[in-house]
Amino acid sequence: MIKKPFFGYATANFRYELLSKAVAPPASLPVPQQAVFLVPDPDDLGPSGFDYQVGTRLKTGQLLRARSGNGPGVYSTVTGTVTDTSVFLGNYGQKFLSLTVQCQQEDQWSEDFSQALEKDRQQALLDFLGAAPGAADLSPFADGQTPIDTLVVLGADPDLLVETNLSVLKSDLNALARGIELIKEVFGPQSVMVVAPGDNLQNVDSHFPARAITVPLDYPAVQPLMIMQKVLKRFPAQDKTIARLGVVFCKAEAVVSAAAALTTGRLPLEKLITVIDKQGNRKLARARMGTPIGDVLRRFGIETGSRDRIIAGGPMAGTAIYSLAQPVTAETDALMVQDRAEIVMSSDYPCINCGDCVRNCPAHVQVNMLVRFLEAGQYQEAADMYELYACVECGLCSYVCPARIPILQYIKLAKFELERSLPAEEDNA
Amino acid sequence: MLSSRQYIVSHAPFWHNGTAVHHRNYNWLLALLPAVAAGLTYFGVPALGVICLAVSSAIFWEWLITTVARRPVTVGDGNAALVGLIFGLLLPATAPWWLVITGTFIAILIGQQVFGGIGGNPFNPAALAWAIIFLSWKTFLDFDSMLVNYSFNFAPYHPLVALKAFGPQAVARIPLGDLFLGKQVGGIGTTCGLALVLGGIWLMARGIVRWEIPLSFLAGVFVSAFIFHVAAPESFSGPLFHIMAGYTLFGAFFLAPEDSSSPVNFLPMLIYGATGGIMTILIRNIGAYPDGVIFAILVINLINPLIDKIRPKRVN
Repeated sequence: MIKKPFFGYATANFRYELLSKAVAPPASLPVPQQAVFLVPDPDDLGPSGFDYQVGTRLKTGQLLRARSGNGPGVYSTVTGTVTDTSVFLGNYGQKFLSLTVQCQQEDQWSEDFSQALEKDRQQALLDFLGAAPGAADLSPFADGQTPIDTLVVLGADPDLLVETNLSVLKSDLNALARGIELIKEVFGPQSVMVVAPGDNLQNVDSHFPARAITVPLDYPAVQPLMIMQKVLKRFPAQDKTIARLGVVFCKAEAVVSAAAALTTGRLPLEKLITVIDKQGNRKLARARMGTPIGDVLRRFGIETGSRDRIIAGGPMAGTAIYSLAQPVTAETDALMVQDRAEIVMSSDYPCINCGDCVRNCPAHVQVNMLVRFLEAGQYQEAADMYELYACVECGLCSYVCPARIPILQYIKLAKFELERSLPAEEDNA
Repeated sequence: MLSSRQYIVSHAPFWHNGTAVHHRNYNWLLALLPAVAAGLTYFGVPALGVICLAVSSAIFWEWLITTVARRPVTVGDGNAALVGLIFGLLLPATAPWWLVITGTFIAILIGQQVFGGIGGNPFNPAALAWAIIFLSWKTFLDFDSMLVNYSFNFAPYHPLVALKAFGPQAVARIPLGDLFLGKQVGGIGTTCGLALVLGGIWLMARGIVRWEIPLSFLAGVFVSAFIFHVAAPESFSGPLFHIMAGYTLFGAFFLAPEDSSSPVNFLPMLIYGATGGIMTILIRNIGAYPDGVIFAILVINLINPLIDKIRPKRVN
């Protein structure tokens, strides 16, 4: 963890580190004994809304979703038998059905994907790619609301320390090019750009099917909201999400997943993960999605104790998880373990108006005023008067706050609550 | 999915740069120590009594008020001690005990706690308390009469009072170096410019005080005093005299940049500081009071919420 320098006028100067040469090629994990799949349950149906009970056989590549066929699904990455089903509550009220599967070593492939491909290539990608490594949400292309003109491929991870997508970009540029061509063919965005910080796009030549956009090495230049503001000059607002502005973001790994799925007809099973241990050393791992996080950490001999923190994602924008049994998902770009001695707890101290957050904010939001409204629950006022929607969610304000206010949490909560209240207002109107 | 080990679950970001409110306040206290040392050198043991009483009574009042109000007791963050120390350093060394504890009571209760404690105060608590005390018991903040029993080896009168009463010729012979080294009549911790500048540089270098405010405050004093002086040298003293004399340096480094009552955006900070400096000179040169720093700071505290709204235009 980086402390405030003794001298220095209080600006956190984080830079994306270039892919360190020390990172060894990814270590592959075997098929796990037990895998866990979190099947989205957006309509809150509970286990009765699904066809999976204890004893159900699952095949590799089988699409798992609610019986009604609504909403996104995931696909099984192993062949095995369901041994447990339970309700799992994710962040911000997302509901899942959690399936625990006893795995067998040999894969029996399901025909779900190849059949879907034959029927409708676009629909097949929409159904399966959200659950493929990189978790591409391409639904804005097909939902008929706003025509999508730009696809932005993130050639590096927005968060610090995470190397997953940069290593995908560096290791297989041809696969990336193939994926971009295929996505262009299927969804037809007018322009595709690939974004990476520093000199990572040097090898991209004029034959590459996407425009190469180099952003600065300073965090958070790769954050999608930052790219919207600085590169695309389109500014999200309360009623203008990224998709409504005609842009879709997609990670390099997802593009490579699409290329693999479309060219081989088989879904990719393994997720590339950056594993960050307590000392900050980084290693790459390949594990099947659904592998319990504990298995991945054990592979690298990382011990965890009570009151440590385990983070899915990077240090600035990841998600803390509470159990080693939680699985690697399509979105798990990194796993980070923090020693309990490193953890700084947030506090309920009031804002002392020191202004460090304002000086560090890359979007020039007046955070000191914003947080006063957010603490009082006045979200709409915060959005109207103090540019809640200009926030790029980088977390630098919380990082420097001497009162240790969880500012980023307040901001995300406010956006979530406003989004939630919007449909209700439309109904009442 | 329950595990025998319990992990800490919290929201991103998971890094923090390690700063805390008490770090900031302890740095302020540290930065004031040179001024305390200078005050003890020039004014002796009575000054020690005033400082100790001011700090301890401020801590006591905050403890009492938060306890009675059933709010979390926050004396550990050093804020009450800081307010007490700043208030104590503004007083003459011979201030009576009841004046000190009344002043800290006003600073803590009216200055801060009624607004919700640290971070909520619209005015600098110590400056507000000084102003109320000054308007209520004026004679006890008259440095010439309070320090009459001291025998100083320098000009034994308050430079700004002399300036107001007898014009610039009366103070023309006081060497600026004497003023800078603390050889002037004044508050315990406000006379020695050298100590104040050292403390101010410490706070600015550590990023605890926003440098824009003190520097623009001093620039405001300098420029406006210079204009007055050039226009009518026989009626108004020069800019360096105004910076060295009275509360100017103390106000610039330790009163104006108080976190809660000052702006945080760049341009507003410059306007805030410069307005404070100009107001100081206006009060000193054409107002009724000999030293205008405290009132100037209360005025800029008052306009702070308004000028902190000056921001670049929103993009869409």
